[in-house]
Amino acid sequence: MSDEQVGTILAIVTLQMSMVGEGTPVFLARNEEEQQKVAGYLSKILDANVHDLENGSLILVKH
Amino acid sequence: MSNLIPEYLLVILAGVVAGTVTRVILLRIDYRQYPGYPHGYLGHLFLGFIASILGAVAIPAIMEPDFAAATFLALAAQQFREIRNIERRTLESLERSELVRRGLDYIEGIARTFEARNYLVMGTAFVTSLAAQLGGPAAAFAVAILAVLLSRYFMSGQVVGSICAVVPARISFKGAILMVDEIGIMNVGLKVMRDKILQEGLAVKLIPRDGNARSTLHDIGQRNAIAFTASVILGSKKDVDIPEFTPLARKNPDTGEVGLYIMPVERDMEQLIAAVKLTPVLESARSKPLKAGSSIKAAKEQVKST
Repeated sequence: MSDEQVGTILAIVTLQMSMVGEGTPVFLARNEEEQQKVAGYLSKILDANVHDLENGSLILVKH
Repeated sequence: MSNLIPEYLLVILAGVVAGTVTRVILLRIDYRQYPGYPHGYLGHLFLGFIASILGAVAIPAIMEPDFAAATFLALAAQQFREIRNIERRTLESLERSELVRRGLDYIEGIARTFEARNYLVMGTAFVTSLAAQLGGPAAAFAVAILAVLLSRYFMSGQVVGSICAVVPARISFKGAILMVDEIGIMNVGLKVMRDKILQEGLAVKLIPRDGNARSTLHDIGQRNAIAFTASVILGSKKDVDIPEFTPLARKNPDTGEVGLYIMPVERDMEQLIAAVKLTPVLESARSKPLKAGSSIKAAKEQVKST
């Protein structure tokens, strides 16, 4: 039941470096378009879900 | 004893045939529960055959009388419990490579069903051979038909459609949250995915008819089984690298209604509603809190009086 387990944050794609801390790989994007593109690639590479925190950061979570 | 063999042969044969036919029928009506591997079919038919022999020879054993021989029925029960284990293990190992999973509850239900079916087969064989012994071939035939119908009835169980209404629902996005009507399903971060889900996704809402149904839908295993059935019937666009397309069923915590979202290959709302309605109510999920009312009242009064 993969969708019932607690997720693990694999990576963060952000527009504002100041918003995120350490501990998880962070990718800085220059604009929203690039952010979506990078998150999309990472999602395919990591087989992970992309979730939007709606504060300028997208997180990639493996459920 | 040799002159008795033809007579008992008929008795045993009647039981074996009736039992095996029951097994074949039960194997057919539950196509959704069975993955349909030819070897699996063969295995189950053969076990059904053995079960019906065991049921059928019980009567001659008692008539003879050889009561020690009747005790092998206990051995048979042991044997059939093993079937449950085999079935469970097979499904569990297949589960790992399944994109949309059945869930452990569903597997347990299926395994238990397979075990129970063999008991039904044994019972059918037993009553048929009893009728053959007491009333001859005509009685055996009548009893066999009755027993087959009865076991079909017993094994059909409840379906989701009988405990809740299933209505079409609208998919929308509230920010990044995928909504099925007013029920939040999940957070989708990629805009391309959001657009695709809006265009190609399907959703239904399950409205429980009463408190019992609400508590059945509350069960995660039950919801998993519903999502699984829907994606088997309609197909799912999910792949390993597109986890967003996992069919999900989430409930409205206030009303107990459940929203189901799916990315189907076949975009057919009627099919989806039919699939959801046909999903069996899992034994492990079934509960009847409303029936507990009277005993709870008694307990409450006891608490008050102390």
